[in-house]
Amino acid sequence: MTAAADHFVRDDAAAPVEIRFDHVSKTFGRHGTGDLFRAVDDLNLEIRSGELVAILGKTGCGKSTMFNMIAGLLEPSEGRVMVSGHDPFSQFDWFRGKIAIVFQNDRLLPWRTAIQNVALGLEMLGISKAERFATAQHWLTKLGLGGHENDYPHALSGGMRQRVSIARAFATNANILLCDEPFSALDEMTANRLREEFARLVRENGKTAVFITHSINEALQIGDRIVVLLRPAKIAYDVKLERDASAAANDEVRARIRQVLAV
Amino acid sequence: MNSRAPAAQTSSFAVLSVLTGAARIAAPFAVLIALWQIAAQFFPPYLFPSLVDVFWRCIEIFTHWSQFANVLATVWRILAGLAGAFVIGALLAVLMARSLAVDRFLSPILAFFQGIPALSWVVFAIIWFHGIEFRIFFIMVLTTLPAFTFQVLGALRAMSKDLTEMVMSFRPTRFKLFSTMIVPAILPDIFTAWKVNLGNASRVVVVAELVGATGGVGYELLQQQQLFDMAGALAWTLQLVFFVLLVQNAITLLETMLFSYRAVSERTL
Repeated sequence: MTAAADHFVRDDAAAPVEIRFDHVSKTFGRHGTGDLFRAVDDLNLEIRSGELVAILGKTGCGKSTMFNMIAGLLEPSEGRVMVSGHDPFSQFDWFRGKIAIVFQNDRLLPWRTAIQNVALGLEMLGISKAERFATAQHWLTKLGLGGHENDYPHALSGGMRQRVSIARAFATNANILLCDEPFSALDEMTANRLREEFARLVRENGKTAVFITHSINEALQIGDRIVVLLRPAKIAYDVKLERDASAAANDEVRARIRQVLAV
Repeated sequence: MNSRAPAAQTSSFAVLSVLTGAARIAAPFAVLIALWQIAAQFFPPYLFPSLVDVFWRCIEIFTHWSQFANVLATVWRILAGLAGAFVIGALLAVLMARSLAVDRFLSPILAFFQGIPALSWVVFAIIWFHGIEFRIFFIMVLTTLPAFTFQVLGALRAMSKDLTEMVMSFRPTRFKLFSTMIVPAILPDIFTAWKVNLGNASRVVVVAELVGATGGVGYELLQQQQLFDMAGALAWTLQLVFFVLLVQNAITLLETMLFSYRAVSERTL
């Protein structure tokens, strides 16, 4: 395990950079006052292909702003965000089928059944109905939802709905997965199980994943690397985790993160 | 025998519940009919005709093509006017939802139009246009357009931001965005808008036909008024009521079929 106080330089520089923040800042106007609020401040970050990076920070530290910039839903005020060598905001359509998102809440379309929800991304890609339903069925079964294909979201439990949203993200076979605290609304047992499943699927399928969380334990459980952000989003700690690290090593990282976040 | 008993009990409860529901709907009408029939005993037919006469006049309208064609003409005018207002209103609503400048420009105009009485539009149409059908179409569109526009705009603005962002994250084409997100999200409000505007349109069309047409239910009502034929006036009015009820029920049936995905709480509001 390696750790650095401000910037961490990864060991396996062989993998290409998939996501790059280059001196990125994002400023918002406060509603009604005209004051400016800086959510992200001069952020520099590189995420390499195949990494599962947990982005950790307190509420309001700009994690979601950073996330939305990678997703192409927000434009940086300064600096440049590049994903797979392209600008996700100005080249929005180029990323069709290349980025998939698992949101904090399931965001299932209530008028679609589970299988129709999973097939949504494939429909956007123009895949034939038979093929997209076969793929959706495969992912629903893989996530333990066989038999619930034709259930509407209101008939599913919170955990099941979040599984459907994970299946929806994986079904498009996008290279990059963005996850915004996807298990925070679930009970601990369900969340633990889904976290493990999610991390396994990401690694099995060789995805690059950015996982936003405010839980240190979740970051330790899921990430290959943890990036801790301070308000406004600026890297305070960047650490690569070894798979199967000892409890003592994890405790050391946990203590360091707590120390950084306490500032 | 014992296992059958609960099923039989459930089915008899269901029958009873349907009968109670039907009785609840029929009761106010039965009271109205009874009161009218009592009045018919004491007043001359040109004030309160017997409902038996009204019934036979209704049958006469249904069975004589020359008369029923007037009903169909009015129905066609209502539906064409509503369809025109809906298409234009939906387009304006989309433009207003997409652009604040368009919204700021059109909202006051539509609000101003909403304040103009239907009868004024009838007068304007008679002065401006010659063709009867175009006059009525113009009146129908202008009187229902603001409501359709504001209702569709409201539905577009009330769309879930979370769901829209989720769909947008898949980078849909404009067509896919409409077909997978926007249309299903606003469809319930569109159905409600149609139900509301249908009632308004059936009132406006009668005024338009009364003054500016040579056929249709409104024109026939004018004839009955000149003949002091109350039974005829009621029979022609009922044609429109039947039509509105028919379309309202068709929309409700469609809603039941299309929106079966909605969760239903056992505790009602």
